[in-house]
Amino acid sequence: MKARRILDREDILAPLLLLPTGLYIVLFVGFPFVMSFVYSISNVTVGNPHIKIIGLKNFISLLQDVAFRTSLVNTFIFTVVSVSLVIVLAHILAELLLRDFRGKWFVRFIVLMPWTAPIALGAIGFLWFLDSVFSPIDWFLRMLGLLGKPGALFGPASNLYWLGRPGLAMASVILVHVWRLLPLATVILIAGMNSIPKEIIEAAQMDGAGYFRRLFHINLPLLFPVIGVTVLFATFFTFTDMTVVWILTRGGPPPNATQVLASLSFLTGIEGGDLAQGAAIAIFFFPVLAGLAIIVLKLAKKAVVT
Amino acid sequence: MKKLFTRTGLYAGLGLFIVFAAAPFYIMLITMFKRTHDLFNPNNNPFFFSEPPTLDHLRLLFGQTLFTTFLLNTLLVGIAVVLITVLLAVPAAFSLARMAGRWGDNMGIGIFLTYLVPPTLLFIPLSRVVAILNIQNSLWSLILVYPTFTVPFCTWLLMSFFKSIPKDIEEQAMIDGCSRMGAFFRVLLPLAIPGIISVIVFAFTLVANEYIYALAFIQDSAKKTIGIGLTTELVRGDVFYWGALMGGALLASIPVALLYTFFLDRIISGLAMGGVKK
Repeated sequence: MKARRILDREDILAPLLLLPTGLYIVLFVGFPFVMSFVYSISNVTVGNPHIKIIGLKNFISLLQDVAFRTSLVNTFIFTVVSVSLVIVLAHILAELLLRDFRGKWFVRFIVLMPWTAPIALGAIGFLWFLDSVFSPIDWFLRMLGLLGKPGALFGPASNLYWLGRPGLAMASVILVHVWRLLPLATVILIAGMNSIPKEIIEAAQMDGAGYFRRLFHINLPLLFPVIGVTVLFATFFTFTDMTVVWILTRGGPPPNATQVLASLSFLTGIEGGDLAQGAAIAIFFFPVLAGLAIIVLKLAKKAVVT
Repeated sequence: MKKLFTRTGLYAGLGLFIVFAAAPFYIMLITMFKRTHDLFNPNNNPFFFSEPPTLDHLRLLFGQTLFTTFLLNTLLVGIAVVLITVLLAVPAAFSLARMAGRWGDNMGIGIFLTYLVPPTLLFIPLSRVVAILNIQNSLWSLILVYPTFTVPFCTWLLMSFFKSIPKDIEEQAMIDGCSRMGAFFRVLLPLAIPGIISVIVFAFTLVANEYIYALAFIQDSAKKTIGIGLTTELVRGDVFYWGALMGGALLASIPVALLYTFFLDRIISGLAMGGVKK
């Protein structure tokens, strides 16, 4: 009888059922999250894991470090350029996919594959595409006569050395980020477009509004919240990512042409064993992440109210 | 005439996007069957065979590399993480969706926010946790840490799923003599099976995708999961086993992509939150 009563008491059940998840999150997300701040103001290393607080020294030496400053700038360039390209392309792709055509299931599967397949594996395909000698892109350009002979548009050398030249290496990393995020952004946008009532668009069409007028005065304003969500996730996934950079360039060509905060933090903290300095680098994610969190909170509040 | 024109435009546009999306996978498919001699001639067409195809690379991949071990490790970690995720997320989501009221909404948002704490911020402190527990170089390190990114999102997903099921059905069951928990097990849970299946698939694909924790925690070749296994074991210094590498990448990508695509819509409606009204 007593057991039965506990199984009916919502005030006991509610916290009880939430407890395991709460405990796990506090232990494995909350605690390490706080520790990354503690590490960043300490001098802890793998060799000497005893924590001694040394204040802001790590941050001061970071700000004087060229590698760090390059990574900070690179991270912002990668994020801003990738996200902008992704949003524009995703809008085009979403409009195309919303039309009627044959073989939709197959087209959808292929177009989504960059997001649905593991990125580490997709990046391996790009590694071959961007190879210094055997790059299929270079072969194609040579076939077109745009590369590999005197006076050719892309120069007389037989290869472009995609990952070997700073500018091209950055472009390559951005290309792979765009490739990877385009499907995610497209699917979120399609979900948003489907939720715009058809009557509004039809009414606008009847009133004689052309494509661009509809786009800028009706579709985009109505889609604004969805575009916001898309920007949010695209930013989150590019800003904190190191997989693409790690597989394609490891931050190179030397010294740090494509180094980003995440990869520099990994190099310093895990490979170099300097936990404190590595944590201090990762702390620079925090302001942007906090900004994203505030936007999520605002959106979520709206979702709860409506 | 105008219709024909827009049709052509539609197919041309779609064609471009398909080429862009599929190019790396297409080149994997060709390269995995290409003879080494054919592959390493920069004048040969890289998009097709200049010599007859071969199965040599696949023999190397399955016979002389740890490819199958990497797949098995990924599968093991995936199953364990899925189990933990379901055991943690289902009761939590039930509690938040049905019993906690307004306070539950705020808790739910709080749990979702932890999803925004990226692995690249946590891997350094977590590497210490893993070292202190003495589980470096063990699949246990991944099994313990991966729920940090599966649990928050899956709880959120299930919470909105539970909320979409009308309360009356459970209330009716309680009037008929079920306890609160009994109504959950007998009525709500069976109705929520589609939601739970998408959580299982989503958690599994996230595990297959993960790269950074595995790179930080696992050095032993025989313990590696698929992503780090291929990129570290089949690339030795300057030596790339291109055929085998591409074959492995493609063969591991396809099942994950198929699973994910099948359940994508439900996952996206969770991601899009308030932006999309159902």
